[in-house]
Amino acid sequence: MPSQDSKKNFALLRDRILGRSGKDYWRSLEEFVDAPEFEEFVKREYPDHAETWDDSLSRRNFIKVMGASLALAGLSGCVIQPPEKIVPYVSQPEGTLPGRPLFFATSYSIGGVAMGLLAKSYDGRPIKIEGNPEHPGSRGATDVRAQASLLDMYDPDRSQHVQFRAEPRSWADFQTAFRAAIDQDRPNGGAGIRFLTETITSPTLIDQFKRLQAELPQAKWIQYEPINNDNALAGAKMAFGSTAQPIYHFEKAERILSLDDDVFSGFNVAYLKDYAAGKAWSPEKTDINRLYVVETTSTLTGAKADHRIAVKPSQLTEVAKAVAAKIGVGGATSTYTDNGKWIDAMTRDLMANKGKSLVVAGRTASPVVHALAHAMNNALGSVGQTVTYAEPFSPGTDRAQTDQLRDLVTDIENGLVKTLVIMGGNPAYNTPNDLRLDFNRLNTKVPLRVHLGSHYDETADICHWHVPEKHYLESWADGRAYDGTVTMTQPLIDPLYDSYSKYELVQLCFKENFDKKDYDIVRAFWQTQNVSAPAAVATTAAAANTARPTAASPANNASSNNANSAPASGTTAAGRGSQANTAGSAPAATSANAATAFEDRWRKYVHDGFVGNSAATAKTVTANSAFLSQPQPSQPAANGDLEILILPDPNVYDGRFANNGWMQELPKPLNKVTWDNVGLVSPKTAEKLGLNQSNRAEEYVGGDHGIAFINTKGTNQFSDTVDLTYQGSVIKNVPMWITPGQPDDTITIFLGYGRKRAGAIGNDIGYNVYDVRPSTALDFGTGSVKKTGEQVTISSTQIHFNMEGRDILRSWDLEAYNADTKMGEQEDMYPKSLYPYEQHQETYEHHHRWGMTVDLNNCVGCNACVIACQSENNIPVVGREQVDRHRMMHWLRIDAYFGGPDINQPNGPHFQPILCQQCEQAPCEVVCPVHATVHSAEGLNDMVYNRCVGTRYCSNNCPYKVRRFNFLLYQDWDTPQYKLMRNPEVSIRSRGVMEKCTYCTQRIAAARIEAEKAGLSKVPDGEIVTACQAACPTNVFTFGDMNDPESQVAKIKKNDPRDYKVLNELNTQPRTTYLAELRNQNKEMPDYLNPETPVGENLSQSPNTL
Amino acid sequence: MDLKEMHEKMVPPMIEGDHTFGTVSDKIGDVALKRKTPFHWFIGFAIAFIIAQLLLFTTIWLLLKGIGIWGTNQPNGWAFPIINFVWWIGIGHAGTLISAILLLLNQKWRTSINRFAEAMTLFAVANAAVFPLVHTGRPWLAAYWLFPYPNVMGIWPQFRSPLIWDVFAVSTYGTVSLLFWYVGLIPDLATLRDRAKNRYFKFVYSVGCWGWRGSARHWHRYELAYLILAGISTPLVLSVHSLVSLDFAVSQLPGWHATFFPPYFVGGAIYAGFAMVLILCIPLRHLYNMKDFITKTHLVFCGKVMMATGFIVLYSYAMEAFFGWYGASQYEWFMIKNRIWEGPYWYMYWLLLFFNGACMQVLWFKRFRESEIALFLVSIAVSIGMWLERFVIIVTSLSRDFLPSSWGMYSPTVFDITMFVGTLGFFFTLIYLFVRFLPVISIFEVRTLLPAANVHGHSEDFEENVLEIEYTYERTDPPNRD
Repeated sequence: MPSQDSKKNFALLRDRILGRSGKDYWRSLEEFVDAPEFEEFVKREYPDHAETWDDSLSRRNFIKVMGASLALAGLSGCVIQPPEKIVPYVSQPEGTLPGRPLFFATSYSIGGVAMGLLAKSYDGRPIKIEGNPEHPGSRGATDVRAQASLLDMYDPDRSQHVQFRAEPRSWADFQTAFRAAIDQDRPNGGAGIRFLTETITSPTLIDQFKRLQAELPQAKWIQYEPINNDNALAGAKMAFGSTAQPIYHFEKAERILSLDDDVFSGFNVAYLKDYAAGKAWSPEKTDINRLYVVETTSTLTGAKADHRIAVKPSQLTEVAKAVAAKIGVGGATSTYTDNGKWIDAMTRDLMANKGKSLVVAGRTASPVVHALAHAMNNALGSVGQTVTYAEPFSPGTDRAQTDQLRDLVTDIENGLVKTLVIMGGNPAYNTPNDLRLDFNRLNTKVPLRVHLGSHYDETADICHWHVPEKHYLESWADGRAYDGTVTMTQPLIDPLYDSYSKYELVQLCFKENFDKKDYDIVRAFWQTQNVSAPAAVATTAAAANTARPTAASPANNASSNNANSAPASGTTAAGRGSQANTAGSAPAATSANAATAFEDRWRKYVHDGFVGNSAATAKTVTANSAFLSQPQPSQPAANGDLEILILPDPNVYDGRFANNGWMQELPKPLNKVTWDNVGLVSPKTAEKLGLNQSNRAEEYVGGDHGIAFINTKGTNQFSDTVDLTYQGSVIKNVPMWITPGQPDDTITIFLGYGRKRAGAIGNDIGYNVYDVRPSTALDFGTGSVKKTGEQVTISSTQIHFNMEGRDILRSWDLEAYNADTKMGEQEDMYPKSLYPYEQHQETYEHHHRWGMTVDLNNCVGCNACVIACQSENNIPVVGREQVDRHRMMHWLRIDAYFGGPDINQPNGPHFQPILCQQCEQAPCEVVCPVHATVHSAEGLNDMVYNRCVGTRYCSNNCPYKVRRFNFLLYQDWDTPQYKLMRNPEVSIRSRGVMEKCTYCTQRIAAARIEAEKAGLSKVPDGEIVTACQAACPTNVFTFGDMNDPESQVAKIKKNDPRDYKVLNELNTQPRTTYLAELRNQNKEMPDYLNPETPVGENLSQSPNTL
Repeated sequence: MDLKEMHEKMVPPMIEGDHTFGTVSDKIGDVALKRKTPFHWFIGFAIAFIIAQLLLFTTIWLLLKGIGIWGTNQPNGWAFPIINFVWWIGIGHAGTLISAILLLLNQKWRTSINRFAEAMTLFAVANAAVFPLVHTGRPWLAAYWLFPYPNVMGIWPQFRSPLIWDVFAVSTYGTVSLLFWYVGLIPDLATLRDRAKNRYFKFVYSVGCWGWRGSARHWHRYELAYLILAGISTPLVLSVHSLVSLDFAVSQLPGWHATFFPPYFVGGAIYAGFAMVLILCIPLRHLYNMKDFITKTHLVFCGKVMMATGFIVLYSYAMEAFFGWYGASQYEWFMIKNRIWEGPYWYMYWLLLFFNGACMQVLWFKRFRESEIALFLVSIAVSIGMWLERFVIIVTSLSRDFLPSSWGMYSPTVFDITMFVGTLGFFFTLIYLFVRFLPVISIFEVRTLLPAANVHGHSEDFEENVLEIEYTYERTDPPNRD
């Protein structure tokens, strides 16, 4: 009887599978193929295919076996049901419709600063990150890291199960082993236990540690991450006697001095928003803020500066003192004598704006500079105005993180540490080279090492246990925003893998109640907190009805969902974590009222994504300048003729984004380098050292051309490599990159590269700075370089940083412009056309007429829009070799152009986001032989992907070069994780197809449908927010219907005289127009550029100061 | 000096040696029929055939992987494939010019070279046609979406796009060239049929000549058809490359956007085409001892045409630069500066001037015009030069257009090169096959060049001549049945 036989075989197979565990379980699949039972089984079930199983494991067979394994997994499922609760939609959760996106408030933390987000969920899959418009740290915008964090969640290289010495284990195994170790140490009060985390501001986690302290008083918690606030906190201590965290109010600051503070590259979106508010120009507000920057390398902040000087890192303290002396900080004297006029004029300007000026100091600046900044703000009357102070949000700031790490290392060396729990971070990679937690140091000294992390990285490699960490989109958490506002993180999806959160791991150390889910932990904590209950509770919020990422409605979506007690359940009703159930059964409370009150409060927190009015209260501090008379900490010994400055990479940060393809391929804001870290060197120093001199630089420098970038020959940027010696250690093969604006004799190198176990994408790219970075000279010191004589190719997406005198990016002097706002007027090209245009105009009158403005004045080049676009539109990553061939795919790019007559004192680079201009008279449309790019009645250049045959004529004829072509199959069609991640509203383009920006046509369509449903003839203004616009922290983009005279975009185009079209003379009639950048120059400054003396050949007509 | 002498002095004889109708037929026909296939043919064919495989393999790889295997990139959306396309199409032009325009102008010297010039045209067009198709991202769709075929969706190609014009222009050109060449072959195929001893050959030639018997009516119809085809071909000589040039001129890219492109391109095409004719016929007349039919005079004439068209091309270069300077567009002027001395590809421009401009100047001298070696070398130089011209036009313009931020360099990959070299192999493969199996020179037309054919009036000579002609064909025409 065949059915009997097959049953028997099934049983055999099942037994074989179930007889294994862990790694064997999977490995057994291969064995199956050879097993006689299997062969027989296949022969009986699929006689035609039987022989194919005899082959050795080819790719085809592998996939078949994979398929079979799924089926077999189903077989095993017949017997033992894992404790899963699969609940179909018997009654559909309120607000949930299949195919309709929902937005949930959540948050993302980096360096202990949380940013409120709205995550867009499609059928239970988070597919896009937006800012939370109500969260003070986001206000609707995001930064590049939050945008890219989505890809981290779907990273196929994430670790997927608990491991012990690289062998798969279960969480239960880990629990037993870990608790045994803790219990062993319990009699000693946990003296051998150390927790190592990154900067933590989570109130729940802090509370957990506090409670743990009661049980294990001797256990220690160390916070360390390579990019920290040690200097700032030390500076505050110097100035105030106790640590304090400054909170800046850039919107009130009319004059800003940055002492090497790269505010714009930081992850503080709120600061960018505030700065942009002050920088914004409109016919009504012609007065804008002014930014002075003293910096030690070229940064985004320096690029936006109205006046900038570059000094060596070692000079910064003296410069700060010189500035402080002029401002009137008692006791400040300086040995710095250069740039006297600059400092004089600048300080006069600051003093003239007392109470409205602000001095900020950078992370790498020495504590004295920070202390001086506090003193200067005090002297300028800024305290309470443009800056307030708060108690640091993270405990233990009395001791610098580096010192905490040093203590830990000392304890380890002394054999005091029995159990080291590393939660997050990657200390085996990113600790200073003298305090490196590497295998040699830990191996014999620490008997049990536990790592909680999202990847099996360098640190996991040296630990016994590795526990996968939940991504923030999979876990419950909380944190604090830059101003102290408590921010909630809620999951959008059940963890993709067997992963856990910090809360769950710490909870394991308690004697009782150790096995709790993060939801219960976080919720239980907030139940004990008596934050004043907000009045309104959004349980009766309107049903979710729009797909709009901003304004109130997404929050409504979230609220209606939460009201249903299923916080994370778009479709993930099958909750292994079963948050839904727990949420439903609130702990018994003594008072039913109290329970209800908390429930309301809790729902409000989760719904809003933050706890209202929880911002830190201002801490009253008084700065005194007594520190100036204290002995200064000695500088690291000089051992080289160059100064080396170490910065986190603008994209991969401290290395945590190394395996993020979006981040790797994102052009670095200032030099557009991708997939690598380079060393920055000034033109003069490069000449002196003979670096990159073969690139025919000279012809592009000076004269008619203004400033051009130097490394600009050919598609391939050949860079000389050097062996760089820093504090006695050598990094091999650092490619050098000439950077105008870099101080002479200073080389800037970037952290975050050279990783060995980042994953398939991030391994073995670039050089590793951590290996040479000692704890005594974390940020800068002296060193030297030796030319290796070799050249490497650097993939940069822009090779020419000079406008060649063309009217592309307008950057004008504010005063000259205010005097004559008409000076940028462009000729109307319509009448010049041979072909009458009326018939199109008639069509447009009956429709929407989409248009966009891009405010260059506000753009700081932070790249958030680029990644937002990539995420929204499923834009593939092409890889280094393809970027090298100049085939990058970003639909939106940010062009950079240097300005100024002197390459050693450039201004800029100035930034110009370029996306499809949606030309009315589009050159691309007429040349397409198959009608694959056509004009819509609403005026968009629609791109019909499935009609495109790929002649690329459209791209050739596009003067803006915004079209992108799939030269090869760039999309990953196979990786299942990426399938989940993609935006289902945007098609996935295949090989041989042209693609480009369409103003997020999917968002337009969604809004149009909603408007039609609501019976409106037009989409109301502000309903459609393009992805770039939503992400932008500085309000650069404005999008809307130009036919609606009340729309913001129509008003700007009509009223703002800065509005101009790029390449107007081609009569392409672009719908994307630009608003000129204005530089608020101080006439008294020595580097004042007279707008009457333009640079470049064509500028006699346009008053461009570029 | 009487008129006859003067005529002879001005128009040197187009045929040398002591030929009769019979010897002409023997000499040309025997290449295909009787003479043992020479060893050099095998060598040459083998080399060409092996090189042609590069085209095959590159195309297969291309279809599997996508055009990313080439060096084409973002600003340089077109590169080698389009350069090669324009180059091959240009080469074709000489053949049509020789066959059609010179026929209409009653230029006797075309007779000896038109057959293989037309074959060259055909093979060049075949090679050219490879590129526009496979250079697209999705050739399996481009293969028919670019044609206006009726479909249920009612989608038509976009007739405003020059690429569509190109499709029509090139396909018309290919078709007419094939017909023209084939119609011209029919009488000769009949000759070969009659003379072939090998029955297979005889069969193939019989099928090919469509039952040609050489009757007066056949001749009458033949002459009419040939004349009509010549009439159709004549505008094509001018139109095809004009339309190809519009691919560039219609766009607004500095360096492409120029109204004088059509004559500039046609001039260049004929220049390149005659160079290729010389490259083919100089070895041919040696290897197959055709010096009697392809005389020095022919070579000199080809050289003179090359000079004339070469100067059209040089004039165009000068005008291009002049317009750039004189026009008010800063982009155009930048393009000229970039192309000639400032840009990264400046050396390409100077190589172009050397190969296309300087080398040709030796033809001013009679000594070089009459030297086969000089002509051959100049022709090679011109072929290289014309390729460089297209490179300069396409790549230097695309690599640096309006926004400096988007500038990007182009460099070919190995597949770009194998593709191009492969088409050369394919071209010579076809040429070799043609030389082996078909009469490389039009037998019956060359016979009309013989003094015996130039008899006027109803004389006895005429009777003799007619008789001899009739005799050549073994069967005579049946009486007129009309």
